[in-house]
Amino acid sequence: MRFARLFLALLGLALAMLAPPAARAADLDAAFARIATENFNEIEAAIGDLAATGNDKAATALQAMTDGALVYAPATKGVFIKKADGSFLDARTGVAPAEAPFATKPVRVNNRIRRALEAALGSLTLLAPDPAKRLAAAEAVFKSRDVAALPALDVALAKESDAKVKRVMTQARAAAILAKPDATDAEKVAAIDVVAERGDQDALSLFANLRANGAPIVKMAAETAAGAIERRLAVLSSVQNVWYGLSLGSVLLLAAIGLAITFGVMGIINMAHGEMVMLGAYTTFVVQELLRTRFPGLFDWSLAIALPLAFLVSGAVGVLLERSVIRFLYGRPLETLLATWGVSLILQQAVRSAFGANNREVGAPSFMAGSFDFMGLQITYGRLWIVVFCAAVFAALLFVLKATSFGLKMRAVTQNRRMAACMGIRTPWVDSLTFGLGSGIAGIAGVALSQIDNVSPNLGQSYIVDSFMVVVFGGVGNLWGTLVAALSLGIANKFLEPFAGAVLGKILLLVFIILFIQKRPRGLFALKGRAVEA
Amino acid sequence: MSSVTNPELTQSILYLDGVSVSFDGFRALNSLSMVIGHGEMRAIIGPNGAGKTTMMDVITGKTRPDEGDVLFDGKVDLTALDEASIAELGIGRKFQKPTVFESHTVDDNILLAMKGPRSAGSSLFGWRNRVRDDEKDQVLETVGLKDHRRRLAADLSHGQKQWLEIGMLLAQDPKLLLVDEPVAGMTDAETEQTAELLAAIAKTHAVVVVEHDMHFVRALGCKVTCLHEGSVLAEGAIDQVSTNDRVVEVYLGR
Amino acid sequence: MILSKLLTELDWRGRVFLLALAAAAVIVPVLNLAIPEGSALNVPTYAVSLLGKYLCYALLAVALDLVWGYCGILSLGHGAFFALGGYAMGMYLMRQIGTRGVYANPILPDFMVFLNWKELPLTWWGFQSFPYAMLMALVVPGLLAFVFGWFAFRSRVTGVYLSIITQAMTYALLLAFFRNDMGFGGNNGLTDFKDILGFNIQAQATRVALYVATVIALALGYLVARAMVTSSYGKVLIAIRDAESRARFLGYRVERYKLVAFTASACMAGVAGALYVPQVGIINPSEFAAANSIEAVIWVAVGGRGTLVGAALGAVLVNWAKTWLTGAFPEIWLYGLGALFIVVTLYLPKGIVGALSEWSARRQDRLASSAAAEAGVGPQPAGAE
Repeated sequence: MRFARLFLALLGLALAMLAPPAARAADLDAAFARIATENFNEIEAAIGDLAATGNDKAATALQAMTDGALVYAPATKGVFIKKADGSFLDARTGVAPAEAPFATKPVRVNNRIRRALEAALGSLTLLAPDPAKRLAAAEAVFKSRDVAALPALDVALAKESDAKVKRVMTQARAAAILAKPDATDAEKVAAIDVVAERGDQDALSLFANLRANGAPIVKMAAETAAGAIERRLAVLSSVQNVWYGLSLGSVLLLAAIGLAITFGVMGIINMAHGEMVMLGAYTTFVVQELLRTRFPGLFDWSLAIALPLAFLVSGAVGVLLERSVIRFLYGRPLETLLATWGVSLILQQAVRSAFGANNREVGAPSFMAGSFDFMGLQITYGRLWIVVFCAAVFAALLFVLKATSFGLKMRAVTQNRRMAACMGIRTPWVDSLTFGLGSGIAGIAGVALSQIDNVSPNLGQSYIVDSFMVVVFGGVGNLWGTLVAALSLGIANKFLEPFAGAVLGKILLLVFIILFIQKRPRGLFALKGRAVEA
Repeated sequence: MSSVTNPELTQSILYLDGVSVSFDGFRALNSLSMVIGHGEMRAIIGPNGAGKTTMMDVITGKTRPDEGDVLFDGKVDLTALDEASIAELGIGRKFQKPTVFESHTVDDNILLAMKGPRSAGSSLFGWRNRVRDDEKDQVLETVGLKDHRRRLAADLSHGQKQWLEIGMLLAQDPKLLLVDEPVAGMTDAETEQTAELLAAIAKTHAVVVVEHDMHFVRALGCKVTCLHEGSVLAEGAIDQVSTNDRVVEVYLGR
Repeated sequence: MILSKLLTELDWRGRVFLLALAAAAVIVPVLNLAIPEGSALNVPTYAVSLLGKYLCYALLAVALDLVWGYCGILSLGHGAFFALGGYAMGMYLMRQIGTRGVYANPILPDFMVFLNWKELPLTWWGFQSFPYAMLMALVVPGLLAFVFGWFAFRSRVTGVYLSIITQAMTYALLLAFFRNDMGFGGNNGLTDFKDILGFNIQAQATRVALYVATVIALALGYLVARAMVTSSYGKVLIAIRDAESRARFLGYRVERYKLVAFTASACMAGVAGALYVPQVGIINPSEFAAANSIEAVIWVAVGGRGTLVGAALGAVLVNWAKTWLTGAFPEIWLYGLGALFIVVTLYLPKGIVGALSEWSARRQDRLASSAAAEAGVGPQPAGAE
């Protein structure tokens, strides 16, 4: 009976659409008058009438009724919405009545009424003027697979003009048909086709039941559709993995790229490289603290301000380190390793003394927050910016090396120190600046890493092994090799994770690199020849 | 290797045929062919980058050629062996830069080079302690380091280190010695002494000497091969080669 | 016989070292057991164990010196071999707990019961037997070093590359041992030991016995290492350190020489770890941390690499300083350690023992100009060639 009544209501609704507005206003008044009663049958009919008006006052009233806030005054048949603070609104007009109603009673609700309310509200939102609301309503029906919503959907579909909303409504309708016990097989097969268009996890879960115990023909259709969706989802998850891998690879590259200069180009084993990254991260922290207290409006600019400062701080520490320690150890790589390890301990302890041993909070500017959907991929702005930033740093570094006079001098010194000295290049000066450049880039990396990792004195330690692996894997002295190594390790890591788990995946990669170095001790893109071994 | 019966091959101690090596597109050796006879002494000259050291690397197993045959004693394919096996076969090599065991005494340097078992296992149980003093003395005598035998190799002069390294080669008693720039950085007197030393060694061994110093090459008085861009440019007696127009153009200069 | 030959062949440094160890093996237990507590001369039991810990580190340092000082292999992963030996001992001690554990399971250690495991994993089989556990403390690190070295040395991974991959090795093991499903106690590791060979591990006498065992192990380790480096094998090893390719072109299979040293060194480190665990009462994955391995390198550098005695001395000195400084000025310790790394590499490249013997050699030179410099303490093994 409920269906019939609802159908009638919707029919009425459809007719109401055709009727002039004045008539509809009259319908609304009549429906409100009808609801002010003790009789459940009358109330149910009134709900149908209200839904039929398609009016948003009706929607508000019905919503209030589900919340138990719709009251009526038996004396005047006036219907009101009782607000939380005890004041009233006239349900017909939506404004406060001139004088407070007297001796009001709540409109009665039982289970039958509640069901009618839900259906009515669903159909009302399906007809809401705002397309976003209609879309949400259609999605809700799709998820709930509510057979009861079918008539309302049909009506809404007939009236719908927005293509996107219409598509979702069609899918919702198909989902409801699939759930309908008395739908024919043909109807179901057609519905499967419609639902399959979505191609997402929701569609797949909708088919699960049909694949298990549908009629043969339905079963087959569901199988086919589900297969297609599964393939699509598999591709999507691969793409997702590649994307996560790229962003992880970018992080690795950022951490390693400074090392690619100090270790790859200059041959200095700088175990304090991770601490240069850490200094960059703490510079970001300090900048943000200052902005927070002095210029809160500039907070979104904090990273942009921190970048040059981090470069300068880490670069300066790098130059200092080169001048005071490393230059005495050129040609003694193992000693350099030990001395710079000592430096890393000192830097860690210094930061611990200055900022404490705990993690420091570094905030994300607003443009880093949120995410967007790209062809079914959820892409967070944070990740996107890191990838973009990493590419920019890499490009800038290439530019410095290939297109500036400093880069030229630097390459000259690393290739033939004595010759470069004879050409009038001040090699010690170039050494310091090159080391400073590598350290400065590590500092820049620290700004980016402060966004995704805990800023603590141990920040650098967690990157040092990875960074060396990347540089060695890519081939020492080859920036492009470092790029390829970082990205491929990042992607490999993300593909291993689902099978092996994060930790085991990482172990497997480490073992792989250890074995790889055995095979090609000079990395992926090693320089060959006699000079290398000298 | 179709030419197993090739007399040139069977009579050679070292036979290189069509050997090519490239490093990242740069052809260090370009179809190099050369034959060294038993007991022969040969001087190799050529400009920098002509492939002289790469040729030595190929012979001693440090670098694998991309193509070509390298045969030792007319039968052993050197391209399939590693440095240690090649050394055991009887090829000794002196590097361009004197390379000796700096923290060992002169005596120990010679001792380590002397013929004998080389395995790690046997060394643990002290084969090297059975000192063959007479042989060692003879080598030290030959290279003129007898008075310095107790000194650390690190304390020797540059020329003495070169001689020590040659002495180590002698102690190894190879059939073929490859000597890379033995007189670089030596005084004239030392150079002369070295030429005499090598000439004496050449009486009983095949020797290949790479050298830039034309006076020294002349003093050796042996057949000369000039390399250029990884292959042989000219070969013959010193006078013949040094007047060759191409050699003059690319190497000696006018 | 070999031992007596070794003793007669020892240089003065070795004799002093062994005498000092012998004295330490006798005097410390006497001062602990015979002198009443509260007396000024009494060595408290905790100090005996602390000293035992230092000597374990000293054995690790001797092992490291064998490969670094004499063969030029800077291993940044020796802590892994040490920890593996420690885990072998820890597993034996866990099995000895038996029903005295919290869950009173006669077979399974507590953490396995906690993880709902039903039976003992294969890796734990046999560890109730002390000889087997001790064999594993030798074999497992040795085997790992053998396999690792086999690949690395054959492919001629040298210098810093080797250092970096040894570091990666210990890092990978660190991550692995943190995992609960590895079956080694996850990040809590193995602890709450009760007894060893039937003796209460907390008892004073047991602790003293463990200490004496450590002194003996260190002496033996030193003698073995010393025998290796003074033999012909050692001469070749030093030759490889100074000029690897010269050695190769003389016909030495460099990779095998290195492999022998690396494996022997790892076994020695394993023994050190096995003795360490009962004296500190715990082994957990943090022992695999790269920082530990690098710290061990600085002990060797401080004492003087390529001297063996110096390595042991450096380990004891640095750790004693660490105990003292972390107690007195906790903030200062890392600054001090960091500075130590820098100062030693810049100003004291031969370490304490190396500098001392250089000084005494110079003095002897002045006394008798004919006296030759002592062999064995070489100059920096610069990457010759």
